[in-house]
Amino acid sequence: MSPAVGFQDATAIAGIAQTEFSKHLEPSEAELACTVIVDACADAGIDPSEIDALCSYTMEATEEVDIVRNIGCGEITFFSQIGYGGGAGCGVVGHAALAVASGQAEVAVAWRSRKRGSGPRPWTSTSVQLRVPGAWTRPFGMLRPVDEIAMLTRRYMHEYGATRDHLANVAMAVRKHANMNPAAIMHDKPMSRADYMASRWVSEPLCLFDNCLETDGALACVVVSAERARDLRHPPAYIHAFAQGLPPQHQTMVNFFNDDPLTGPAWTCARRLWANAAFGPQDVSVAQIYDAFSPLILLSLEGYGFCKRGEAGPMTENANLEWEKGSLPVNTAGGGLSEAYVHGFNLINEGVRQMRGTSTAQIDGAETCLVTSGEGVPTSALLLRR
Amino acid sequence: MTNAAAFSGGYVANLGPSEEGFLMPAVDEEGGFFWEGTLAGELRIQSCNSCGKLRHPPRPMCPWCRSTSRGFTRVDGKATIWSFVVPHPPLLEPYSSLAPYNVIVVALDEHPTIRFVGNLVSGPEGDLNEIDPNSIRVGEPVDVVFKRFRRTDGSEEALPFWVRSA
Repeated sequence: MSPAVGFQDATAIAGIAQTEFSKHLEPSEAELACTVIVDACADAGIDPSEIDALCSYTMEATEEVDIVRNIGCGEITFFSQIGYGGGAGCGVVGHAALAVASGQAEVAVAWRSRKRGSGPRPWTSTSVQLRVPGAWTRPFGMLRPVDEIAMLTRRYMHEYGATRDHLANVAMAVRKHANMNPAAIMHDKPMSRADYMASRWVSEPLCLFDNCLETDGALACVVVSAERARDLRHPPAYIHAFAQGLPPQHQTMVNFFNDDPLTGPAWTCARRLWANAAFGPQDVSVAQIYDAFSPLILLSLEGYGFCKRGEAGPMTENANLEWEKGSLPVNTAGGGLSEAYVHGFNLINEGVRQMRGTSTAQIDGAETCLVTSGEGVPTSALLLRR
Repeated sequence: MTNAAAFSGGYVANLGPSEEGFLMPAVDEEGGFFWEGTLAGELRIQSCNSCGKLRHPPRPMCPWCRSTSRGFTRVDGKATIWSFVVPHPPLLEPYSSLAPYNVIVVALDEHPTIRFVGNLVSGPEGDLNEIDPNSIRVGEPVDVVFKRFRRTDGSEEALPFWVRSA
């Protein structure tokens, strides 16, 4: 596989912003989106009128035309949306970077605004999800994303001997980082192994603390050329490589119907990502790994090549995933499990802070950061470097 | 008219939940043969008329030989539990009232990469929660049974459930 041409380190994230994270925010998703995009431009030191590319999720409620009419953009010459919910985030930023690297645009904004904390749970809709694949899963009481991922988790535990202690290691590492981050919803709530083991079941083998938060919030970032980023206010977080992944015979969230369900989209995405990169997994200083559910971190550690297949459970031992001495600290702001669940966009902004040196759980000398989007759905990933 | 028969007329039918409120499959132009089969007490898998490979869930084109000529083959319904979960609330009714219950994924013994989501029950009239979840094991042999439901519009549907092999 040959690397992408002309992309490596050609662009950088120059501005980031986020709203408060809360179970309930008063402003609408549209207002939060506009506010956070303007704030990200201010962080970069770029006027919103300079934006000429807009990238977001297909699930984003606020369309480009409304962003433009509100924040006073000039002429937009590139816009794209990416599907599959939590799989989209790094892809959204990647498309923004592709637009800038190829010369289609000069100032690209990527964002996600979501009131998942106070809004409805998508799985409670019974009308729109009963065709493929829902027709084959939902009548049997497999109603929620957690049931779907718990099914893969049980199989994973059966095949490799992973345990609830390994899942607890993941949840506790991420919580520890949230406890260091004043913006995290779980900042004031430490969690012990006993707390984890005593929490209620949601879908066995997954308990409450294997599940992400339900959050209102919005985040955005601004992508410009590397050359321009060097003249702006913050140290650039270079976009070293980007990939998306949709493997053969994949079925979104219910990937039970192909030859090898435990090698999901992360594996496909990783092959392209590392082909595009000048370094490998052993050179990653810190990782932000999509964690709507704790077992997705185990599956992703294997998919992205940080350990061999079946070895992610033991890799969580000895505080390996924790600030500050772990071999691969993950989700250093608290991730979806303990900072906020905004379809993984908070992982992207934390990756940028690690490259700037401003994380609340800063890894000393961090040179590179992997950011991933949802495993279990068509996904995407970014490699950032400072 | 059964929902599956409605499919045979060529349109997508989603005639609502069962009388008890259980979600029923939307029977579309690809899955119709399957749901006609379950009503007839048969487990049918889509097969390619060109290369003969089986595929599930059903779809218009064979991903291996790209033929759109397709039929189905009847299988014996002997399978092995591949994985299972035990959902607890919050859930939708009437599933909430039955929780905790089991949901299993089974792999067909004849075709191990053909899998189904279902429930382990004691027989075709069994409920989702009648088997002690702590007794379920990955690797258990199971056999298909067909549980009949009546939709609120009066049409009938039959879903594949699974019982422990004798």
